[in-house]
Amino acid sequence: MAESDAAHLSFSPLGDRALLIECDAAPGPRTTACLRVLAESLAGQRLPGITDIVPGLRSLALHYDPEVWWNGSGAHAPYENLIARLQALLAPQAPQGGTGLGRVVEIPVTYGGEYGMDLHALARDRGLTVEEVIALHSAVEYTVLMLGFAPGFGYLGPLDERLSVPRRATPRTRVPQGSVAVADRYTAVYPMTSPGGWHLIGRTPIKLFDTQRDPPVRFAAGDRVRFVPVSAQEFTRVRDEWR
Amino acid sequence: MLRAGVLTTVQDIGRRGYQRYGVSVCGAMDPWSLCVANALVGNGNGAAGVEMTLDGPAFDVDEETLIAVCGADLAPRVGDTALPMHRPVWLAAGSRVEFGTARMGCRAYLAVAGGIEVPEILGSRSTYLSAGLGGIEGRAVRRGDRLAPGRSARKLYPGLQRQLARTRAKFVAAHWAASLHPERLARVPQIIRFVAGRHWETLPADARARCLASEYRLSAASDRMGYRLEGAPLELAAHADAVPEAVAFGTIQLPPDGNPIVLMADRQVTGGYPRLGEVASVDLPLLAQLKPGDRLRFEKIALTEAQRLLHLQEQAFQQLRESVQAHGTE
Repeated sequence: MAESDAAHLSFSPLGDRALLIECDAAPGPRTTACLRVLAESLAGQRLPGITDIVPGLRSLALHYDPEVWWNGSGAHAPYENLIARLQALLAPQAPQGGTGLGRVVEIPVTYGGEYGMDLHALARDRGLTVEEVIALHSAVEYTVLMLGFAPGFGYLGPLDERLSVPRRATPRTRVPQGSVAVADRYTAVYPMTSPGGWHLIGRTPIKLFDTQRDPPVRFAAGDRVRFVPVSAQEFTRVRDEWR
Repeated sequence: MLRAGVLTTVQDIGRRGYQRYGVSVCGAMDPWSLCVANALVGNGNGAAGVEMTLDGPAFDVDEETLIAVCGADLAPRVGDTALPMHRPVWLAAGSRVEFGTARMGCRAYLAVAGGIEVPEILGSRSTYLSAGLGGIEGRAVRRGDRLAPGRSARKLYPGLQRQLARTRAKFVAAHWAASLHPERLARVPQIIRFVAGRHWETLPADARARCLASEYRLSAASDRMGYRLEGAPLELAAHADAVPEAVAFGTIQLPPDGNPIVLMADRQVTGGYPRLGEVASVDLPLLAQLKPGDRLRFEKIALTEAQRLLHLQEQAFQQLRESVQAHGTE
């Protein structure tokens, strides 16, 4: 289905304590924006027993407590009762989100060297110079399509096709916190030191996940991100400021 | 803590409301056993307890404490005397509690009146090992750690407590216990019921039949994030590349090698593999009590049935709370 056509919503169970609202559109900024509008309108409804609303690339999961969705007669199971309520609340067509939603978050990045040890190999592999890779990566605004893998880890896209490489065959056991990486048609920042299979091209000195802040992340699905190249000196200065 | 055991962590029923930021739920692998243990000592469902795995810890008790142990039988004892499970126990100050190796099940839960007091991070005290947050500094319990209870609303079972003082025993246990049908833990192979997800129908008919007829063995590579199963591998009709989306506790994923992985407490919030479905919530505790090498079979049930069973379990739990209320003043 073309992204411009209104997408339809369908429901399916995700076990006995969650359900999926799926949007029959291709993943991408528009679908993400539409899911964000949907998530915000559902959150605004304050339906009882909803514990989490989690965006995927083209679906939204609602985690719920089935105990509060039994009605008087018990003729219908909680899933059916919740679906009936959702169908009454939502139009069958997905909302049009547009792509101008959300905040724009700037993330300073020091590319290459010890900060991005795969930058040279990636440039060689794609027949580009290191400067071209940096220019392509920092030229566009990315949409945060989904969070997952680790706290604050966003799948940002779409990544320029010229920078697209598959994940490493063997993941690294330790990717340093703040690493900026690419794989397939995505780019991401590792919010904390963890194992990881993406190609490391740079690093940001800012903290992407902080439990002392509310929300604990710097961006959510539907926000937009721009990478700003900075020098190694600037990296150190910003990092020290953040301590 | 004199000895930490294989993997001892502080857990509650999990971190809710932050999955959209990529934050895993975590919490007890067998939340039922933790909730029952909490109920027995008069705690609410949100209280944190201690999850002990396969080979348990040993610790000294500094102050007179009301506890309950539920879940796997890790052969708990106080001195030379077996510590009775599934019931409230008043422990005397200075007694030493030791857990051994699992005789039945995999994970035992220790609840303490007032709950285990550690800082609440993003609304939960659960240990989130891979992110290094929650619990005790985001890590497993170590030798030398001190676990302190929070303040409990009221002192339950004053009669037992007086008996403890009068007899100078190391502990005094209630004569009654929560009836939990522990014989279900002993079933071999274990029967795990699940609700089919929307990829189930994309499996070829013979693969679906094989999934329901086969016996699976829990791989040694299983952990709090996922239970890896070994058995007859299942192929998808065409290798469907599922679009990454949210997963749940008990989602049964099918990676390209065809060996199912059941996502457990520390699962990531989203996943990109096709799924067979989700384990019924009432059977997650049974699954969580399996250890590497244990065998299981899947049984498909309707969603309505899964939710009805969960409702019955909730009613049984409310009855337990009421009897604790009734016995609490004894």
